[in-house]
Amino acid sequence: MANPIVKYENVHKSFGEVKVLKGIDLDLMPAEKVAVIGPSGSGKTTIIRMLMTLEQPTLGSIVVDGKNLWQMEKNDQLMDANEKHLRQVRGDIGMVFQHFNLFPHLTILENCMTAPIHVQKESKASAKNRSIEMLEKVGLGDKLENYPSQLSGGQKQRVAMARALVMRPKIMLFDEVTSALDPELVEEVLTVIRGIANEGKMAMVLVTHEMEFAQDIADRVLFLDGGVIAEQGSPDEVFGNSENERLQSFLHRFRR
Amino acid sequence: MITISAISDIFPVLMQGIKITVTVLIASIICGYLMAFIAGFCRLSNNVILRKFTGLYVEVFRGTSLIVQLFWLYYALPILFGFDLGSDFWAGVLAISLNYGAYMSEIVRGSILSVAKGQTEAATALNMSSFQRMRLVIFPQAVRMMLPEFGNYLIQMLKATSLVSLIGMTDILYYGDILRSSNLSQAPTVYLLVLVFYFILALPLIWLTRRMESYSKKGVASQ
Repeated sequence: MANPIVKYENVHKSFGEVKVLKGIDLDLMPAEKVAVIGPSGSGKTTIIRMLMTLEQPTLGSIVVDGKNLWQMEKNDQLMDANEKHLRQVRGDIGMVFQHFNLFPHLTILENCMTAPIHVQKESKASAKNRSIEMLEKVGLGDKLENYPSQLSGGQKQRVAMARALVMRPKIMLFDEVTSALDPELVEEVLTVIRGIANEGKMAMVLVTHEMEFAQDIADRVLFLDGGVIAEQGSPDEVFGNSENERLQSFLHRFRR
Repeated sequence: MITISAISDIFPVLMQGIKITVTVLIASIICGYLMAFIAGFCRLSNNVILRKFTGLYVEVFRGTSLIVQLFWLYYALPILFGFDLGSDFWAGVLAISLNYGAYMSEIVRGSILSVAKGQTEAATALNMSSFQRMRLVIFPQAVRMMLPEFGNYLIQMLKATSLVSLIGMTDILYYGDILRSSNLSQAPTVYLLVLVFYFILALPLIWLTRRMESYSKKGVASQ
């Protein structure tokens, strides 16, 4: 069996006095699709934000592709990672946010091509071509010169996905990407994610409230409750016949 | 009282002051903005000493009067420390730019802080360095927020330049005062014309401010 591309070991996270995560152990295999479900406030989002280096774990370690994300060795001593180390390790990770977070001062095309040019030092022409290609793939080839404020929520979220994909990540993180959308716009975003998932190359972690969607595309579903992974398994196991009562009542609320 | 012949006598005299007013203004604008950015960024620095020191500068210069600062730089400092700025020009420019720089540094700081946190996070997710995040994502958005306020301070700086007449610089107001002291009955005409001069000088600045405002409205609509 291949080595996991991401490995969480006993990861804890507190915000002040509030303990959000109380010991997460998780292996993510290359190309594996994992959906994370659970009541709000259970720390779902925090799990992937720590992997994206947006929050630092209070305790425990996250290893990405064999490299410790939040710690580095210097003179044989383990110490907190500096920015240089974080940048080296997080380069293969991309993320899509609940509120899109597009850059409002840049056009759609510029939103996509800025990071490849400045971060990955790709030539402008090549970055532009690939960005156009990616935007066409998410169905926005006719909006290249538009600004984010001119797009609908669903379109914005598709741009956000193209922007992340142009960086060719090995791991993609989706943070409740449909939660801020009007109901009629959800499907166009899910369709794009499904397309990416079916290509099968990337590992994906989806924090989501879309249960059917999670069931549909995930290889594995995690149910987070009370700061720990309370239940996990294949979608059939988790959505089908789990004996975990918290999970049952959580799913019940969704299926009313 | 205000007659055409009086105006035609006074006008050329005041004209002599324009050069000083305009050069002091331009130098103050450049130094003032420079100061605003330096102090604004220092106040956001991770270095506590730098942050506190800049904070002190901002509060002192905002909390005391510009004219007293001007007199300090021009009269008091040379005597106290034997430290001479070399000319009344630099004393004037420094006083104005340190004073307005203090005010505008708060705009710089506030604008940068008010760029949504999600922007920094998105830039981090694209693996940008902290410098790249500032240069490519945060700063361009912050500048658009700064522009309208910066425009207002342009006009205020123009008006503040008239204080340099008090340290003997021969600007528009200085010539106006000379005319008035030689013939008090001309005071209404003199000061009317002085107002007109300042207003005409302000016109391009007002126009520029409008331009900056409309530019800043483009592409910052936050999500």
